[in-house]
Amino acid sequence: MSATAYINARLIDPASGLDASGALLTEGGLIAQLGPELFDGGVPDGVTVVDCAGRVLCPGLIDMRVFVGEPGAEHKETLASASQAAAAGGVTCIIVQPNTDPVIDEVALVEYIKRQARDKAVVRIHPMAAITKGLRGEKMAELGLLAQADAVAFTDADRAVANAQVMRRVLSYASAFNLLICHYPEEPALAGDGVMNAGEVAMRLGLPGIPTQAETIMVERDLRLVEMTGGRYHAACLSTAQAIEALALGKARGLPVSAAAAVHSFALNESAVGEYRTFAKTAPPLRSEADRQAVVAGLADGTIDVICSCHDPQDVESKRLPFELAATGIIGLETMLPLALELYHNGAIGLSDLLAKMTSRPAQLLGLRGGKLSPGAPADLLIFDPDKPWRIDEDGFRSKAKNTPYHDRPVQGRPWRTIVDGKVIYADPESGD
Amino acid sequence: MSDISPHGFPFRHLLGIEGLSASDITEILDLSDQYVTQNRQVDKKRSLLGGRTQINLFFETSTRTRTSFELAGKRLGADVINMTATASAIKKGETLIDTAATLNAMHPDVLVVRHPHSGAVALLSQKMDCSVINAGDGSHEHPTQALLDALTIRRRLGHLHGLTVAICGDILHSRVARSNIMLLNIMGAHVRAIAPPTLLPGAMDRMGVEVFHDMAEGLRDVDIVMMLRLQNERMNGAYVPSTREYYHFFGLDQAKLAMAKPEALIMHPGPMNRGVEIDSELADDINRSVIREQVEMGVAVRMAVLDLLSRQASNQPPVGPEGAVL
Repeated sequence: MSATAYINARLIDPASGLDASGALLTEGGLIAQLGPELFDGGVPDGVTVVDCAGRVLCPGLIDMRVFVGEPGAEHKETLASASQAAAAGGVTCIIVQPNTDPVIDEVALVEYIKRQARDKAVVRIHPMAAITKGLRGEKMAELGLLAQADAVAFTDADRAVANAQVMRRVLSYASAFNLLICHYPEEPALAGDGVMNAGEVAMRLGLPGIPTQAETIMVERDLRLVEMTGGRYHAACLSTAQAIEALALGKARGLPVSAAAAVHSFALNESAVGEYRTFAKTAPPLRSEADRQAVVAGLADGTIDVICSCHDPQDVESKRLPFELAATGIIGLETMLPLALELYHNGAIGLSDLLAKMTSRPAQLLGLRGGKLSPGAPADLLIFDPDKPWRIDEDGFRSKAKNTPYHDRPVQGRPWRTIVDGKVIYADPESGD
Repeated sequence: MSDISPHGFPFRHLLGIEGLSASDITEILDLSDQYVTQNRQVDKKRSLLGGRTQINLFFETSTRTRTSFELAGKRLGADVINMTATASAIKKGETLIDTAATLNAMHPDVLVVRHPHSGAVALLSQKMDCSVINAGDGSHEHPTQALLDALTIRRRLGHLHGLTVAICGDILHSRVARSNIMLLNIMGAHVRAIAPPTLLPGAMDRMGVEVFHDMAEGLRDVDIVMMLRLQNERMNGAYVPSTREYYHFFGLDQAKLAMAKPEALIMHPGPMNRGVEIDSELADDINRSVIREQVEMGVAVRMAVLDLLSRQASNQPPVGPEGAVL
């Protein structure tokens, strides 16, 4: 069995609170041992030694919200290309969304994703399955059977379940199986034909806006339904101060609720739309600066549990259109780590707390074995230099798509090695070793 | 920079009022005045744009704006062709960029574009080597309409600064309103917006306008009453309960107009819904209504814009990397 010793590392394990210099030993695909004193007596013969030179060694990142074009839109992104992008971004586990063509709402399709992922992907891929058949918001999908087939959670992806009765029964039924319902919180009638945040920028550009209340109202409704049913609820991506406040109240009442924020909801605000920049057309939309700050505060105080990339690849033809007609979405797997690290570098959140939102918290919510450094856990690891400065360069992306609004943004922090099942699947080509 | 014209109008495109200065606007209006005079003569034709090609590309039906641009181009001696894209073609995503590339290959000198989506004209301009004029994009801007309104007001009242202008009706969906609000603010006029809340954008107050929901109150002592067109499909209960109710509260009639200054002028960008947003007799009242005059000013303003933009265009043919003329 191959064994590798990662020495001279700054071990950060958000799950246990460990943050210390030390070493970690992998054997086969698992973590064997770790700790500050490990290998104080020297590394045994036959063990490959990797000198981390003081870099951070933490669990590989888990990204809870990734859109991939497979099946149905493989020209935008495949599971294979998304997994390469993930590896380059330090992400060892991606949770793919079910709004594919066909929609992942049947056991056979969950099996299909798992098989494709096993054969073609370099990182772990788990599917979320649809809450309702065809994402139509009308009839419940086979939640129990889908869960048995290893769907890790349920979501109607970029759509909300508008009908409160349907949502009530979903949460109620799911509670019997302890399933996680991951909801895109946007009241669709109120969002209407809106294409960006309602406000001054939308008015100046003559674009129909999505009011923040569309999100708040849906979160508030959902919290009442959770209270009524006891179902486990996760807000897929919060972007507004009011909705974050509502969720905090729900948590204070002891409800089984959690939430994520997309990277773009704290890395950008609505001004990035500028003069109809379709790369800044996102779901949820880029909000005001006050809302952006509320997302940062929500992450810092723990109201928001998870950071997700909302990786949503689009081809040029879908984006080079008048703003109203252009597709939503930005790619994010390869930029999630450095953009999240901005919150650490500017003092908003400590490094371990920040990493928890991309490792241990999603693992806990989804019931995954990874997301922690402990003997017996999968050796899914990320080694990175949190300070290394670089510029985001769309030409360097491994994703098939290039729809990023972050091109040329100076950032700090870059993966050095990404490891899945004890094997190095990515090595920074710029590190020179 | 060599491509700045001696007259100081520094733009290659006219995509909106936003970004223009008071002196840019004054320059356009001054030149427009000359074209008004020229257009009233028997011989209206000049050869300023001789040899140049103007394409009017309309993705939305329009009679008056397209005709006005066509006439403006022809009176300046340009070869003018009209293209109307069908509604179904617009829905095919890549059409706009493809159309731009195709037209660009034909070396037009000016492209006049109307499109149902905000920002589409700006997007198209990025792919064109020639001047692009926005003839209306979605709910965004319609700059030549605002300029012709300004010209009409200035010729009647002598100035724009200090006037109080009420813009009434469907401001939410109106590109005419956005362009006019910006232009009037730049020129130092006071702007009021009068509409039911459902037809006003949320952040209206941040555009430097005073908002009214009561027509009589909003029209008090104004110099200009600018009516906007209300689309029929917005009056069936979606934005206002009915045509009848809208006319009752927000249609312009003698009683409401009595609140304005006695010599206040009535404007409308056309086409009018008589009996919906404006009383038919008022629209035809030659002492108050300048609606026909607006149409006349439209041709002159568009000639001035074509004239100014043409001064930006180089008369040298584009030269390739080896010096070959392309």
